[in-house]
Amino acid sequence: MKKIKNYVYKIQKNDFTNAGKVSSEIKKTLKKIGFNKLIIRETAVISYESEMNIIIHSDGGLIELGIYEDKITLFIKDFGPGIEDIELAMTEGYSTATSKVRELGFGAGMGLPNIKKCSDKFIIKSNNKGTIIESTIFLE
Amino acid sequence: MKIIRIKELLKAKQYTEKNFDDKIINGAFASDLMSDVLTTNFYEESSILISGLNNPQVIRTAEMLDIDSILLVRGKKPTDETVAMAKENDIVLIGTEFNMYKSCGILYSNGVKGIINEKNKKLCLQNSEK
Repeated sequence: MKKIKNYVYKIQKNDFTNAGKVSSEIKKTLKKIGFNKLIIRETAVISYESEMNIIIHSDGGLIELGIYEDKITLFIKDFGPGIEDIELAMTEGYSTATSKVRELGFGAGMGLPNIKKCSDKFIIKSNNKGTIIESTIFLE
Repeated sequence: MKIIRIKELLKAKQYTEKNFDDKIINGAFASDLMSDVLTTNFYEESSILISGLNNPQVIRTAEMLDIDSILLVRGKKPTDETVAMAKENDIVLIGTEFNMYKSCGILYSNGVKGIINEKNKKLCLQNSEK
C-alpha cells in the first residue's frame, strides 16, 4: 500500500526536560489527520514508551512515523549501546533503569512488552551499534 | 461522580484554574508507575488518574491516554511545569493530603469504579464503532 505521509523526530540522550514532547506531536498529527481514537491512543503509547527508552537507555535516536492507506508504522532507531539480552528485556518487570528514571515514574520493566502489546506487528533487532524496532498498527 | 464531589470527599485542592466542577468522572486508575498506567490503555471517557507522581510525566502519560483528570495523593504538590502542562492540555489537576489507599477507598465506596481493562478491549472497540 502507498505511503501517504512520513515524519521523522530526533530524540536526544538524557533529554528528560523534553520527555514526551515527540509523542505529543505525533498524537496531535494523528488527531489532525482524523484517525480513530483507539488507534491514536495505541500509537501514542508505543511512541511514548519508545521515546522514554531512547532518552533513558540510548545514546540518542529517532522515531519515524509512517502513514499508509491501511496502516501506521513507527520505525524506532537508536545509536547504541544496544540491548544485551532481548529476551530478558522483553520480560515484564525486568529493568536496568536507574533510581532517577524511577523517580520519573518509569523503569518498571513494562516498556518493551507494552510496545509489543500495542503493536499488530512488532520486530526488534539489536547489536552494540543500536536497537531498531519496527512497529505496525493496522487500520482495519 | 462530578469533580466537585471528588474535591469535597477528598478535601482536595485544585491546581488548574479552569472550572471543571461539573465534569463527570466515569472510572479511575491508581498507580505511581507511568508504565503501569500505559499498559491499561483502554479508558472509559472521562476517567481520573490517581497518582503520587507530581512531575510532568504524569501529565504526558494522561495526555497519551486521553485521561482528562488527575488526582495527586499523599499531599504531593505539582511542579510549576506540571501545572503549566496540565493547563495546556486542558487536564484538571487536583490534590489531596489523603494517601492513595484512602483516596481510592473513598472514591470506590462512593461509586467510582475502576476503569475497564484489556479483557474488555473488544467490547470497548465495538462500542466505539457504534
